[in-house]
Amino acid sequence: MKRVIESGSCAETLGIATELGRSASRGDIITLSGELGAGKTLFAGGIAAGMGIDGYITSPTFSLMDVHEGTIPLYHFDLYRIEKPSELEELFFEEYWEGDGISVIEWPERAEGRLPRRVTAVTIEYTGPESRRITIEHPDN
Amino acid sequence: MKDGRIIGLGLESSCDETAAAVVADGKDILSNCIYSQVDLHSIYSGVVPEIASRAHLEKINPLIHSALLESGSGFGDLDYVAATNRPGLIGSLMIGLQSAKTISFALGIPLVAVNHLEAHLYAPFLEGHGPGYPFMGLLISGGNTVLFEVRGPGDMEVAGRTADDAVGESYDKVAKFLGFGYPGGPVIDRLAKGAVARKNLFPKILTDPGDTRFSYSGLKTAVINYMKQFPGADKAEVAWSFQERALEILARRLFAAARDRGIKKMVVAGGVAANSRLRELLAEQKKQDETIMIPSPLLCTDNAAMIAGAGYMYFNAGISDPLTVDVKAKV
Repeated sequence: MKRVIESGSCAETLGIATELGRSASRGDIITLSGELGAGKTLFAGGIAAGMGIDGYITSPTFSLMDVHEGTIPLYHFDLYRIEKPSELEELFFEEYWEGDGISVIEWPERAEGRLPRRVTAVTIEYTGPESRRITIEHPDN
Repeated sequence: MKDGRIIGLGLESSCDETAAAVVADGKDILSNCIYSQVDLHSIYSGVVPEIASRAHLEKINPLIHSALLESGSGFGDLDYVAATNRPGLIGSLMIGLQSAKTISFALGIPLVAVNHLEAHLYAPFLEGHGPGYPFMGLLISGGNTVLFEVRGPGDMEVAGRTADDAVGESYDKVAKFLGFGYPGGPVIDRLAKGAVARKNLFPKILTDPGDTRFSYSGLKTAVINYMKQFPGADKAEVAWSFQERALEILARRLFAAARDRGIKKMVVAGGVAANSRLRELLAEQKKQDETIMIPSPLLCTDNAAMIAGAGYMYFNAGISDPLTVDVKAKV
């Protein structure tokens, strides 16, 4: 199932993300695609809010991943600094992806074929300084 | 023990860097070996071609060997061994901590598991001008933007932190967007010096004085939006505008937090502490009775001397960790 939503503001984008976080369940993997400055980390923050996690959702660009505890834990990845997908073999991220939390993965393109097949793919496109086109593709059942 | 001095080995493997160092009496660096991937970074313009724990695993033993050799000491001289155990990537942290545990067990010497962030703030102690407690510690790097009130070893409280990106990260991303290489800090600092008009293109960040947060995502997006709107814009002006805003909030928050608490001593550490404009701003705004310590550039970035140094504080206080101590992704 694919949905395309035109968002006119950061607040609206956050609302869409929060809704997605609220409806996510254990084991779900959500990928976030979009260019630099598209608002991927902001969107991840919205998902966290929807999951009932408070506190800052900061960018994991340098740390590569952050763990946020909650009723359901949030595993927040940023693969921006991954150059070769084979590097992932050494990072053991599969243990999180196959775990019982919710994984949010920024820059999934860097992993090429190494992500699990069932993911909810979110694409954020720049349409203006504040406005974005959000495409959400849920996996088929 | 060597020549009547306490000898410590420090290991660091929390993220990209693998490092080993030997420090005497918690202040004299006898060796400081870093296997950095920064040269590879610049080839790929901001993207790291090889990170991961395997790299740490391959490098840690040769590094320990070099660090001991260079320091003129051997395993038998070591009084304690320290390693970063938090925060960081579990798989990477494990390499350093496990190596330290092995050395601790084999030699029968104490193990100290070190908080990487606290160790950064220890760097000035290594250069003989430790601030003494209490002090405000501002840690600014690619992965961190956080302000601490430090009251003693292991006794620190967050006084402010970024709500989104780290300041160093915003430098790297803005530099990349402007078409420059990695790391972004030196490039932007240099470019900004050439700006002529010096009329700021971007608003100040979080101006409410009651706010303790930092924020860099909005500034990054403002730069990107501006460049999209004016593709021919003068990059020096953009770099200058960005840098002024990025650094101004650091100085503003640091001084506000220190003065609120009546604290006169401050440490600024992490890779961004090497920025020349930041040093200028801090010097300009500093009152006469205030002291600001900034480590030399090599000790600003990730290194193991600071781990050995921070480890010494605990060792000296009779505090060590059991071999069952674990790694932690968060502090």
